Amino acid sequence: MNDKLVLIGNGMAGIRALEELLKLKGKQYDITVFGAEPHPNYNRIMLSPVLAGEKQFDEIISNPLSWYEENNIDLITGDPVVKIDRIKREVISQSGKVADYNRLLIATGSKPFIIPIPGAELNGVVGFRDIHDVNAMLDAAKTGKRAVVIGGGLLGLEAANGLMKQGMDVSVVHLMDTLMERQLDKPAAGLLQAELESKGLHFLLEKQSSAILGEDKVEALQFSDGSSIETDLVVMAVGIRAEIELAQQAGIYCERGIVVNDTLQTHDPRIYAVGECVQHRNMGYGLVAPLFEQAKVCANHLAEFGIARYEGSVTSTKLKVTGVDLFSAGDFLGNEDSESIVFRDPSAGVYKKLNLQEDKIVGAVLYGDTLDSAWYFQLMREGTDISAYRDKLLFGQAHIGDSGHGVVSSIANMSDDTEICGCNGVCKGDIVKAIHEKKLFTLDEVRSHTKASGSCGSCTGLVESVMAHVLGGDYSQTPSKKPLCTCTEHSHDEVIQAIKTVPLKSMDTLFKQLAWQTPNGCHVCRPALNYYLMANWPTDYQDDPQSRFINERAHGNIQKDGTYSVVPRMWGGLTNPKELRAIADVAEKFDVPEVKVTGGQRIDLFGVKKEDLPAMWQDLYAAGFVSGHAYGKAMRTVKTCVGKNWCRFGTQDSTGLGVKLEQLTWGSWMPHKFKLAVSGCPRNCAEATIKDFGVVCVDAGFELHIGGNGGVKVRVTDLLCKVKTEEEVLEYCAAFVQLYREQARYLERTAPWVERAGLSYIKDTLADDTVRQTLAQRFDVSQENTERDPWQPRAEGSQAHEFTPLSGE
Amino acid sequence: MDDWIKVAQLADVPVLGARIYRHNEGEIAIFRTAEDKVFALNNRCPHKGGPLSEGIVHGGQVTCPLHNWQIDLATGEAQGADTGCTERFEVKVVGEDIFLRAVNAKA
Ligand code: SRM
Ligand SMILES: Cc1cc2nc3c(=O)[nH]c(=O)nc-3n(C[C@H](O)[C@H](O)[C@H](O)COP(=O)(O)OP(=O)(O)OC[C@H]3O[C@@H](n4cnc5c(N)ncnc54)[C@H](O)[C@@H]3O)c2cc1C
Ligand code: SF4
Ligand code: FES
Repeated sequence: MNDKLVLIGNGMAGIRALEELLKLKGKQYDITVFGAEPHPNYNRIMLSPVLAGEKQFDEIISNPLSWYEENNIDLITGDPVVKIDRIKREVISQSGKVADYNRLLIATGSKPFIIPIPGAELNGVVGFRDIHDVNAMLDAAKTGKRAVVIGGGLLGLEAANGLMKQGMDVSVVHLMDTLMERQLDKPAAGLLQAELESKGLHFLLEKQSSAILGEDKVEALQFSDGSSIETDLVVMAVGIRAEIELAQQAGIYCERGIVVNDTLQTHDPRIYAVGECVQHRNMGYGLVAPLFEQAKVCANHLAEFGIARYEGSVTSTKLKVTGVDLFSAGDFLGNEDSESIVFRDPSAGVYKKLNLQEDKIVGAVLYGDTLDSAWYFQLMREGTDISAYRDKLLFGQAHIGDSGHGVVSSIANMSDDTEICGCNGVCKGDIVKAIHEKKLFTLDEVRSHTKASGSCGSCTGLVESVMAHVLGGDYSQTPSKKPLCTCTEHSHDEVIQAIKTVPLKSMDTLFKQLAWQTPNGCHVCRPALNYYLMANWPTDYQDDPQSRFINERAHGNIQKDGTYSVVPRMWGGLTNPKELRAIADVAEKFDVPEVKVTGGQRIDLFGVKKEDLPAMWQDLYAAGFVSGHAYGKAMRTVKTCVGKNWCRFGTQDSTGLGVKLEQLTWGSWMPHKFKLAVSGCPRNCAEATIKDFGVVCVDAGFELHIGGNGGVKVRVTDLLCKVKTEEEVLEYCAAFVQLYREQARYLERTAPWVERAGLSYIKDTLADDTVRQTLAQRFDVSQENTERDPWQPRAEGSQAHEFTPLSGE
Repeated sequence: MDDWIKVAQLADVPVLGARIYRHNEGEIAIFRTAEDKVFALNNRCPHKGGPLSEGIVHGGQVTCPLHNWQIDLATGEAQGADTGCTERFEVKVVGEDIFLRAVNAKA
């Protein structure tokens, strides 16, 4: 017989926990759900659009009754639980139903705070919490004309906007002198107030309500200063209180909320709690994103995996009032230790403020232009060091060395035919339509339906902004950590951590230990895991060819017609007549249709049939060539210029140093492609300042530059340091490469990695002699174990099955 | 009618991999999953004709190497939001041998 799980509270957090649980383990429990409301679970966030008449109730039901049936969940609605008996392990409902449990989950949410003033019990006084309240407001709007909303916070303003849309004359009463003081600083609040006033709302600030007047129905609201305002409806939106009464009566330890630990357990280990009723590390949350994170972790423990922990959340908010672009996150006011950078354009109605502390974003307020909110929020959550581009930060992501996408001022102002994804030609209208018609909520869903951001990914932030714009306040699309792929909930960093510390040394044990949801991964995770295992356990792990993308399996670049390209390595771009003759011979012998000099200073032979590859490599190998790795997430090329041997400006032997660097690093596998260059003087003919590792020779030695790339988004390098000798260049290079190999996420090139890890962190790490030397030594070890030339063994017959078709009999 | 041709031994096809078999009109990709199930599809992706045999095999699917469409090995159908289907061929494993139904008799 299955264990029994009882859920009290048929709301957003509790049901999300069940959904996560069912994803992990289908049939572990017999599940019973008690809900006080007479409805299946609905999206509470969308009550604001329902009130505004933009949506109907049945459109916001997230789990219809059929969902409960399909999952064998016993649902009891309209019947609140009135008692938890922890000795007998059972719960009792108002109508007398009894259900026993092995595990109990409490998700009772919260209730609106009703100010205890005379008249609060009158007809026409409502909170704003559930569909019952919304219906009461809609009814009042049919008969009455005037409404007062007490509370100028997020919820109050959404209620006021909705009632106004229903044709009422609405005043908002607020105790403080500015609106939304828990999310906005004064300038932003001022802009918001002006905008809402222009839409027709009235504001009564710094007013304390003292009594609601009326016979049996609301007639007026009186203030402590003696003044009053006539009204037919009073909506109280002054705050919420965690719904903890039931838990308290059962003797479960509560403070402001039900106290839980990092596994969402209450002090009674059989009883879990999630949602707004919870207090975790002294914090309560009133937004769905953190509650959904809690639900995920809780499900992980209910399913007895026991590997997840909830460590608290950083939250952000948006106001769901159509036409108002507003975003706030973190410490938006700032403190003594932080400094603010501000952009203000009153006539355009734009205000942006970022609070910085120790070169990291700790808070943000954006008004009028929230295009970059997703980006700022990510920088903030990940604690990214922004010192390198602080001066451009306020102008948005598009201004940081972007070459392609130009500037877009606001998603709202964008026309439907504005192209969002250049790779796949997807316009704003396509995305908006897909979100509406297919009911998409996550970035992955939008990606698979529209292809937007599915290719180069540089428009991901833009796509997220369109989603935020369309979906309003449903923040579930910005979870605090991004899973590595759809096979798992773990992020890249968690997986890397587990590989290092558990430790995990094979793909199979990794799938088991980390509860992978697919039997053998997918095309996204397998190459990543293969790389992580190889980079962390160079001597223990056996490379898995079937987990490599075809280019790395066939050691050539697959072309659109299924043929391959062959790029022999030319050390530092140097060659000679003998090599060129050998290449010419090979090109003729194998009927190569096209020969081209590449952007990386090598020669590329295009259109080679797969079966011909081994024989061609054999000839090239005989002429002294090895693979150029032009196809791999690997060290690629070292571009060089002429240098002091010939050039009248050359200060050092840049070509010779390039050859040495290429001999040091060639063959190594990397999280992404890795390119180097050496220029002989600051004229920089080898373009060293847009390479992953670039050297600019100067009279006194060498300048080392890191984190640059050309490509989709050009990024100029940062200066790492200056050194005097070639030996130092080589050591710094090896150490930098190894740090990148150990710490970056798969498919994260040095440019985004340097921005994420922080330039100062990398500088400090490499400046430490011992650390640098150890890193360089570890790189040497991994190089010993890298199969150095992949072409030669294959030319001699290894992996023959890869290159020969079946013959049959 | 005995029109099955022996094309390979199970061991010739790597686990989670594929080999190709050529016939007059084209190539057939023969896939092997982690559970040693064997499937045969026309070696052309329904999207733009990418060689499916070069894709990464996972579960019962292969990801096309050119633009990452996911093709179901058993049905030849593109998965997820993409639509398209590639031809299937009948294939069976007897002992250690893989047999393909003669190519003109397509499944
Ligand atoms: C062959 C070559 C073009 C040429 O004929 O000049 C080339 C060809 C390809 N490049 Fe490139 N890139 C080539 C030099 C470059 C350069 C110039 C350079 O290396 O100095 C750049 C800009 C510099 C840089 O990387 O920072 C470049 C930036 C890219 C990018 C964008 C990288 C980025 O971080 O944004 C991609 C896409 C990717 O890697 O994801 C790319 C991807 C590709 C791929 C692999 C696309 C693909 O997946 O099929 C192309 C393979 C064609 C083939 O079959 O060979 N290629 N590519 C060049 C080979 C260089 C070599 O000898 O190894
Ligand atoms: C109008 C409105 C707009 C919002 N907008 C946003 C937004 O834009 N973004 C955002 O992130 N968040 C928003 N929120 C907040 C968000 O909806 C809540 O944080 C979330 O619903 C809390 O989930 P929960 O499961 O903890 O509580 P709930 O969803 O409230 O679920 C708790 C359920 O438990 C039931 N219950 C209580 N006691 C018992 C009992 N004894 N027995 C049985 N059942 C019981 C309640 O009736 C309720 O149905 C908004 C909320 C409202 C009201
Ligand atoms: S720029 Fe690079 S990726 Fe684009 S078509 Fe040219 S070679 Fe291919
Ligand atoms: S050809 Fe297969 S995905 Fe495009």
